[in-house]
Amino acid sequence: MISTIGWIIIWVGVLFDLLGAIGLIRFPDVYNRLQASTKCVTLGTLGIMIGIFLIKGFTPMGIKALICGAVLLLTSPVAAHALMKGSLHFGTKMWKGTIMDQYGKDKLGGEQIEQEAK
Amino acid sequence: MRYVVYFIIAFCFWLILTLSLNLDHLIAGIVVVLIGTIVFGGYFTNKPVKFLQIHRIIWFIIYIPIFLWYMVKANIDVAYRALHPERPIKPGIVKIKTILKTDIAKVFLANSITLTPGTMTCDVDGDYLYIHWIWVQSPEVEQASKIIATHFERFLRRIFE
Repeated sequence: MISTIGWIIIWVGVLFDLLGAIGLIRFPDVYNRLQASTKCVTLGTLGIMIGIFLIKGFTPMGIKALICGAVLLLTSPVAAHALMKGSLHFGTKMWKGTIMDQYGKDKLGGEQIEQEAK
Repeated sequence: MRYVVYFIIAFCFWLILTLSLNLDHLIAGIVVVLIGTIVFGGYFTNKPVKFLQIHRIIWFIIYIPIFLWYMVKANIDVAYRALHPERPIKPGIVKIKTILKTDIAKVFLANSITLTPGTMTCDVDGDYLYIHWIWVQSPEVEQASKIIATHFERFLRRIFE
């Protein structure tokens, strides 16, 4: 029974990973792509880890999977944050549909938004 | 003091990770944890007694399911935007103000914001956070703070401050 629930959670996780990959292709610029990849991939991989824990129980493998999940939850946003700040300071332009850029206005001297192609 | 607390927490983590009480494992663990304590202990919180206050732990346990619920909601939201044929996004970077004061509370707030619907932290500057928002609902500082941060601040204030 618990093993079945574990498998269901693993497949939900894989589904979210797939959706994250689709978002990575469909969104227009670095920042939106980071949103899709960070959120979906974190929850997807967390789902896979929890599924492994449910199947294996309190064995060394199950406990390690649970710890992997917790560490992932703490580190994945930090990595995304570093990538995002890096691309902002590098000067990667935002998509032309972006409506405001308060960070560029305050810190980088001007909005970093891509202009319409002439 | 804080080095001792750091050592104990790191060693408990090692015990959970290896799940064995062999002498070899214990000696290796002590060596690794000592190196870790010497290098990183200085960055640790300087009021370690906060870890033992029971009401903080209870609020933290209440916070986990609420956070997971917001995370699932965030994923369905992003998946909807990715799969919708017209790709309904209206991105932008807004600035919000937080009432949290300590560094660790701000770290948790920034991480929570990153993993919840359509928002992602770009930078922290004193009391202000810069947020990349996939669907900007309000460009005003107060309004945006209310929508993005208030429901986490309520808990984080009780846990970390």
